[in-house]
Amino acid sequence: MKINVKHTAKLANLPLSTREVKKFEGQLSETLRYIEGLNEINTDNVKPTDHVTGQENVLREDATTPSLSQKEALSNSKSKHNGMFKVKAILNE
Amino acid sequence: MSNLTSLTITQAKDKLRKKEISSMELTKACLERIKKLQGKLNVFVTITEKEALASAKEADNELRNGSYLPLLGIPIAIKDNFCTIGVRTTASSKVLDDFIPPYESTVTQRLKDAGIVMLGKTNMDAWAHGSSTETSDYGPTRNPWNINYLAGGSSGGSAAATAADLCIGSIGSETAGSIRQPASWCGAVGLKPTYGRVSRYGVVAMGSSLDSPGAITKSVEDAALILEVIAGHDPKDATSSNLPVPKYLLEIKNPEKKLKIGISGNYLEGVDVQVIKVFENTKKMLQKLGHTFVDLKLFDPKYAIDVYTILQRSEVSSNLARYDGIRYGNDRSFFGEEAKRRIMLGTFTLSSGYYDAYYKKAQKVRTIIINDFKEAFDKADFILAPTSPTPALKLGASQGKIMFGELADVLVEPSAIAGLTGINLPAGFSSDGLPIGMQFIGPQFSESEIINIAYSFEKETEFLKERKPNL
Repeated sequence: MKINVKHTAKLANLPLSTREVKKFEGQLSETLRYIEGLNEINTDNVKPTDHVTGQENVLREDATTPSLSQKEALSNSKSKHNGMFKVKAILNE
Repeated sequence: MSNLTSLTITQAKDKLRKKEISSMELTKACLERIKKLQGKLNVFVTITEKEALASAKEADNELRNGSYLPLLGIPIAIKDNFCTIGVRTTASSKVLDDFIPPYESTVTQRLKDAGIVMLGKTNMDAWAHGSSTETSDYGPTRNPWNINYLAGGSSGGSAAATAADLCIGSIGSETAGSIRQPASWCGAVGLKPTYGRVSRYGVVAMGSSLDSPGAITKSVEDAALILEVIAGHDPKDATSSNLPVPKYLLEIKNPEKKLKIGISGNYLEGVDVQVIKVFENTKKMLQKLGHTFVDLKLFDPKYAIDVYTILQRSEVSSNLARYDGIRYGNDRSFFGEEAKRRIMLGTFTLSSGYYDAYYKKAQKVRTIIINDFKEAFDKADFILAPTSPTPALKLGASQGKIMFGELADVLVEPSAIAGLTGINLPAGFSSDGLPIGMQFIGPQFSESEIINIAYSFEKETEFLKERKPNL
């Protein structure tokens, strides 16, 4: 199994150098070979587990509670404008 | 007063209450030792001296007023993946190099409410990805027993700080091994609670279905004390358990029961001969205490490596997707190589066309592992196994080995995948003078029982504590 590294990097929004793309092509295939051992295990009729302690339908009251102030929420941003996060345009004309 | 820093939490608490020492003296002694050894061991990413001295002063005032908070005035080191309001929290990654959280994690909030003095934030594998601290963007933490060796990880800074007496106790977090393995390599007590026993709120997320915050301490009693403070339901973490929190400190003193301890041969395969020797000694000691042994054949731990690799990478790719450098931190080009590799694999195993073959398959095998442990605990009360296949490895050992962490954690991964609790206890030394640890693994929410047996085992191994790292 070979991973399409460039495509996966795009999905992951990760900027990779040409050197990294080459490196990961080899390394990720190596990891996939390693974990192929799982195919030795028969999992027919086995249900997948995504939560281990059996908590179910954890709900809370649909009510507002105090949260970060606008100033606090923006306190770590390097790019803001008029009390808002400033982001790059995603649509071109 | 140089031996102040070697006190356990329980001992320090007693001395503070009796006014034999002040929190200020204790805190200054820790800070002095940190300053002396930080260059040598690289334990902290951030040292919060000013805040620590202010907290100590406040604690001394409260002590004078007769306040009875469980951790009042005790200097504690916190792993750098717990968000601390106003104090830089990096998770040892340059992506979060300048991140100052505007909110507090539930664990550190509970510790602060209990009166701790926070000494600083400890080094770890970046994003907790690893078992060496060598993936930290701030350099590896050295093992206090021999600085040419690794402290283990990912909570390597907290384990080293505890073993080297730079703090009185510390907090780590475990996804699969990150508390028990560094505790084993550094010679400390490391208690990994059941998944959901301790809130994950405000902990930089890694594998959300696995992450379990917990304590790394100098004694079992200290571990019980901290767990009692940090455990319990948290409305801010929907996966936290609402089961009541036992009084662990009282349970510890319960008369010991004679237990059936399970041993599985496949947990000893490929394990270093010196570790096996300590394992055999441990068995003898437990036999002397009147416990009996049951042979189990647990599901081969090698498959846990595969399951863990897939689940962890997948959850990592999802959790780390939020770091875009817009709201806080730096952009995605600041990720180190290990994080990039994990994000890439996880993105692949979750991607269209591969999800069933990898992620879903791993979740199914996870079910098999859970059921396997359930059957085992019908036959045995606990499982005894080495914590790590080897004593600490040399600096550089993880370099170029893309499965280093997974292989180093093979003996702790199955129980982590099943959400079980486990504890590492110092149990001996290698011929090179490096600590070797053993673990007890118990069913979910069996912390009381595990602390109880750990405490009785600790009493039999008090002699180990006479040996201290030569720093």
